[in-house]
Amino acid sequence: MKNIWIIAKKDLGSFFSSPVFYSLTSVFLILNGFIFFNILNFFSLQSFQAQQMRGGGMGLNLNEMVIEPSFHNMAVILLLIIPLVTMRSFAEEKKSKTFALLLSSPIHLVEIIVGKFLACMIVIGLMILLSAYSTGYLMLVGNPEMGPVITGYLGILLMTGCYVAMGLFASSLTDNQIIAAVISFGLALFMWIIGWGSQAAGSGLGQLFEYLSLITHLEHFLKGLISSSDLVYYLSFILFGLFLTYRVLESSRWR
Amino acid sequence: MIEVEQLSKSYGPREAIKDLSFQIEKGEVVGFLGPNGAGKSTTMNILSCIMPASSGSVKICGFDVFEQALEIRKIIGYLPETPPLYSDMVVYDYLSFAARLRNVPLKNTQSAVEQVIEKCSLKEVSERIIGRLSKGYQQRVGIAQAMIHNPDILILDEPTIGLDPIQIIEIRKLIQELALSHTIILSSHILPEITQICKRVIIISDGQIAAVDSLEALTTRLRKGERLVLNVRRNSSEILEKLRTLKKVNAVTEHQPANYTIDCEPNADIQDEIAQLSLNNQWGIVELKTVSMTLEDIFLKLTLEESEVP
Repeated sequence: MKNIWIIAKKDLGSFFSSPVFYSLTSVFLILNGFIFFNILNFFSLQSFQAQQMRGGGMGLNLNEMVIEPSFHNMAVILLLIIPLVTMRSFAEEKKSKTFALLLSSPIHLVEIIVGKFLACMIVIGLMILLSAYSTGYLMLVGNPEMGPVITGYLGILLMTGCYVAMGLFASSLTDNQIIAAVISFGLALFMWIIGWGSQAAGSGLGQLFEYLSLITHLEHFLKGLISSSDLVYYLSFILFGLFLTYRVLESSRWR
Repeated sequence: MIEVEQLSKSYGPREAIKDLSFQIEKGEVVGFLGPNGAGKSTTMNILSCIMPASSGSVKICGFDVFEQALEIRKIIGYLPETPPLYSDMVVYDYLSFAARLRNVPLKNTQSAVEQVIEKCSLKEVSERIIGRLSKGYQQRVGIAQAMIHNPDILILDEPTIGLDPIQIIEIRKLIQELALSHTIILSSHILPEITQICKRVIIISDGQIAAVDSLEALTTRLRKGERLVLNVRRNSSEILEKLRTLKKVNAVTEHQPANYTIDCEPNADIQDEIAQLSLNNQWGIVELKTVSMTLEDIFLKLTLEESEVP
C-alpha cells in the first residue's frame, strides 16, 4: 500500500509540473463549460416558452434535460482527454529508461501498475471536480434531484476507470507516447460503439455486444440506478485492463 | 556472496551470454571487462533482477534472483548503462523518491538523501532540475540513486561512459571510496580504467568468460609472447634449425610435417624475416599467420580502444 502511494505521488508530481496537465485541464473545462452553457440556454428557452403557454413548464425536468446530457457530453470529452493523460505512464518510463529504477527496487509490479492507475484517476478526478461548478450552479438556482447526480458522478468515475485501464494497457505496449495514445483512443472508442454491432450480429452475440458496450452501462447510472450488473461490468473491465497491463510488462522482461 | 552458475540468456535466436559461472566474495571490487556487445549489460541486468535468465542460477547472499527477487533488490544498488533519471525532477526530490522506493523509512529519508548528496558532491546542484545538469553530474546522480539505501552490493554498468577526463577521475575516486565499504561490480570496455579500480577482473567476450583472475596474474600470463604458425610445401629438418636461429624466437615446434609453431617475444614482428628465409631457401610458403589467442585478442581490442585514459 505504501509503495503504491510512493509511485502515485511521484506520477502526480510529474503531472503537475508538466504543461500537459494544464493544457488538458483547460481544454476539458472550456469544452465542458461551453456545452453546459448551451444546454442550459436551450433549457431556459424551453421553460420560458412553456411558461408563456398554459401549464407553466410541466414536464420540463432539470435532471433529464440538463444534467443527463451534460454527463453524456462529459463522457465523450473524457474519451478524447484520457488517452492523453495515460499515454506517458509506461511509454515514457520505457523511453527514458527510468523503468529500470522501478524494476530494480524492492517493489512489486502490481504496486507499480496500481500506483500509476491511482495517479491517473486522481488527475482526471480533479478535472471532473473542477467542472462540477456547473452542477453546483444548478443546485443554487434550481432544485435538481440529487440521487441521479451522485450516481451519475459514480458512473462517470467508473467509466473513467475503464478508460484509464485501457490507456495503461496501451501505454505498456510501446515506448512511443503517440502510439500509446492512438491505441488507447481506438480501444476506448471501439468499446464505446461495440453495441452498434449487436443488430448485425444476431440475437446471442448481439446481446453480448450490447453488454460489452461501455455506454449502455452508463445509462443506468445517469438515470439514478445502481445495479450490481453494471458495477460488476465496470470493475471487472478495470481489473481485466490492469491484468493485461501486468502480463505485457511481465512478459516484456523475458524478451 | 554472489554465486553465478551456468548462466545463459538468449534474445530470440541470439545468445547474449553462454554458461557464465563465477563467484564474488564479500568486499571485493570486481570488474567486468569486455568489448561492446560482449554481454556485460545482460549479465548485470540479470544480477539486479531486472531480467530473468534463460537458464542457470544466480544466488546473491543465499537468495535466488528468480524466486526471491524482492529480497535481493533490497540489498543491491544498480546503476544501468543509461542512468534512470527523470529529467523533469529536481535532484533532491528524485533522490528522496529513490530512497522511498528502496524502502528507506520516511523519517530517515532526509538524512539518507543528504548523505549521498555529500558523498557524491551534489550539494551545489541539489535544487536543480536533472534534465539541465551536465552529463557528469547526471552520472553522479545515477550513482547516488544506486547507493541511497546503503546497499551491500553496488552494480555499476559503465559508470564513466561519456564523461570527460576530469569527470572520469572524479567518478573513479568516488568508486574507490565506495569500495572500502561495499562489494562492487562494475563493467567497462576500457582496460586502464578497470586496472585502476578493480582487484579482480572477469573478461567476457562473445557472451563467454575468457578469463577470471587477478590483474597481476592476467598480465603475466599475457607477457609470454606471440605465436605464429608456418605452413610450407617442402619438408626438411633444416627449416627447424633455420627458424631457431632467428632473433626474438623463443621456441619452434613441428606438430605435423611441414607445419611449425613459432613462439616469439611480444611484438617481435618477424613475419618478414620468416618470409625472406622461406624465399631464399625455397621452402614454398603456404601459410604464415598469427594464432589468435582469444584472451590476447580481447586484451588487444580493449587496449586499442582507449589507450589514453587519464
